[in-house]
Amino acid sequence: MQRNPQLNAKGELQHLLSIEGLPREILMQILDTAESFAGVTEREVKKVPLLRGKSVFNLFFEPSTRTRTTFEIAAKRLSADVINLNITVSSATKGESLLDTVANLSAMQADIFVVRHEFSGAPFLIARHVKPHEHVINAGDGRHAHPTQGLLDLFTIRHYKKDFTKLTVAIVGDILHSRVARSLIHGLTTLGAPEVRVIGPQTLLPSGVEALGVRVFHDMRAGVKDADVVVMLRLQNERMKGALLPSAQEFNKHYGLTGDKLALARSDAIVMHPGPMNRGVEIDSTVADGPHSVILPQVTFGIAVRMAVMSIVAGN
Amino acid sequence: MRIHIKNARVVDPASGKDGSGDVFVADGKIVESLKDKAEKVIDAKGLVVAPGFIDLSARLREPGYEYKATLESEMDAAIAGGVTSLACPPDTDPPLDEPGLVDMLRRRAKALSRARVYPVGALTVKLAGEALTEMGQLADAGCVAFSQANAPLADTQVLWRALQYAATFGFPVWLRAEDAWLAKGGVSHDGEVATRLGLPGIPAFAETIALATILELVRATRARVHVCRLSSAGGVELMRRAKEERLPVSCDVGIHHVHLCDMDLGYFDSHCRLEPPLRSQRDRDALARAAADGVVDCLCSDHTPVDEDGKHLPFAQAEPGATGLELLLPLTLKWGQAHGLPLAATLARITSEPARILGVASGRLAAGAPADLVLFDPAAPLKVAAETLKSQGKNTPFLGYELAGRVHATIVAGNVVYES
Repeated sequence: MQRNPQLNAKGELQHLLSIEGLPREILMQILDTAESFAGVTEREVKKVPLLRGKSVFNLFFEPSTRTRTTFEIAAKRLSADVINLNITVSSATKGESLLDTVANLSAMQADIFVVRHEFSGAPFLIARHVKPHEHVINAGDGRHAHPTQGLLDLFTIRHYKKDFTKLTVAIVGDILHSRVARSLIHGLTTLGAPEVRVIGPQTLLPSGVEALGVRVFHDMRAGVKDADVVVMLRLQNERMKGALLPSAQEFNKHYGLTGDKLALARSDAIVMHPGPMNRGVEIDSTVADGPHSVILPQVTFGIAVRMAVMSIVAGN
Repeated sequence: MRIHIKNARVVDPASGKDGSGDVFVADGKIVESLKDKAEKVIDAKGLVVAPGFIDLSARLREPGYEYKATLESEMDAAIAGGVTSLACPPDTDPPLDEPGLVDMLRRRAKALSRARVYPVGALTVKLAGEALTEMGQLADAGCVAFSQANAPLADTQVLWRALQYAATFGFPVWLRAEDAWLAKGGVSHDGEVATRLGLPGIPAFAETIALATILELVRATRARVHVCRLSSAGGVELMRRAKEERLPVSCDVGIHHVHLCDMDLGYFDSHCRLEPPLRSQRDRDALARAAADGVVDCLCSDHTPVDEDGKHLPFAQAEPGATGLELLLPLTLKWGQAHGLPLAATLARITSEPARILGVASGRLAAGAPADLVLFDPAAPLKVAAETLKSQGKNTPFLGYELAGRVHATIVAGNVVYES
């Protein structure tokens, strides 16, 4: 097998494509760097000059508001120039190939490509073809990975729970289609979380998911019992009825996070969600807005984490 | 041309013979001895002479996909790989569903006078899985069998009727066993690797369910069915039982599938995007063993040249297939060696056995058989590189590999068509 394509010859982070395969030290480096940036985002002048003169291209082949915006804010706080490209309505529809698009942008002197693509592995393909000084950051590819989301989830968990090595983390809902779940699972297992649970009906769990190092639960009450962290996943509208699930209501009945289900978790449990939420489907408003919820802090931490990732890859 | 091949290691998989000796060719056939002086004497010291290889699936891409490959480029690849006969699946554009197309393909191939081409006709019009083709007229035009290639045939009623009709006239039907609904949208083996990479999977039972259906229809219709590109351990078991039951069935495995598995996808290597998908290590080992013990009749290259644009895409979007004609020999040797098989038994999978499936007289070294021969050095190293492949398709997961087995000369119908 080839060398991990994310790392340079010195074993440093060249691209961020997936949390899988990254050593613990690099994950900790990112989280610690993000910690130092968390202060910046609370200052009056929210800027540091680390990426001054660098160009960050936000290449979104799939629509996104939140992730694109937080990457943009993060890049601007590092004093980079940010160019947003919504490819779904430009080149791709004109028939230009993915690599041609990237080659053209590269000719415009890009330093960092932030890529979101509907197909798993697309950022790996781009990373194989960019110039040595260019960096690729995966902002979500298909069902495969969403490493900055995984890192901000890890950051959030560490912020509230300090230590990973005693935690029980329950991830609930549509694991099958979730790049967020895959990235978080790899992060948690790398950082030593002893029990990672995935909870959902068979239709929403990918086959052989146990091989990722998780315990499978179909009964949500059993799955959230004594959990320190409960991560709810977004259920896409188009999957709410059909062959995967009969209805959103039935999903909510079995797998929606309600106050009474949350009461089974530890009393100091935190509730996370990558957003955007479907209130009343995977999570009830009383929980989403309740004292256990850290959903909005997740968004804030996301900026510091993305600043950390961009500054680290640009420095390598 | 009268040819005398001397000092060769003569390997004839049909008879199991493997020993030093001479081979004589006259009037396009293998003969016991030459009455007149040989016009060409080949000193084959250190080389194996064997029947030319017969590949049950090689896409020549004509008509319709000339930007991916042409008849010229792929026929060059065939003879450079020692392949003297090949069956081409009907998934051209338009598909081989009309006698005129088949006739044209055969004429074009014949004019090139390289390998023999055996077209496999479309089983249904436009491969759409709805209406039967004019199998009788297609057979008259030269189709040796009928197939859907990789196109799905979801409607079991149509499949049943197609097998009934083919059985009526004794036409062989070549089928991939893959349930169209279960395979829908899938691009990789449904398992741990697909889960990790976030790729939509095709479960192994997509094959066993379809295969069980096919076998049941064979019981009902007695159609002669060759199952193409078996991919799973479960599929092997069903074939084993079907053969014990003496159903008129046979099967092949693509040469990649006895060497590679889903782990080889690595970081989304689109060269490993194949149809059927590479499955688990367990499946791969079962396929390789079944080819050794004879449940699998043949190995084939499933040669599919794809241009760079077709592979420089995210895994799921990349066009499936690998170039294989020039790797059939080294990869077959590698498989045979791994299973401790004698050379004759190894080569049987790409000579005498596919000849039996095709019903042709080649694939053996007996006097009177067509003089389709290959001379090769089984130990000569072969570094797989895009520059040295004759095929227009450079798409192979084996790029950069050091394999063993190099073709020195290829003879078709008594003519030396390739010399290295």
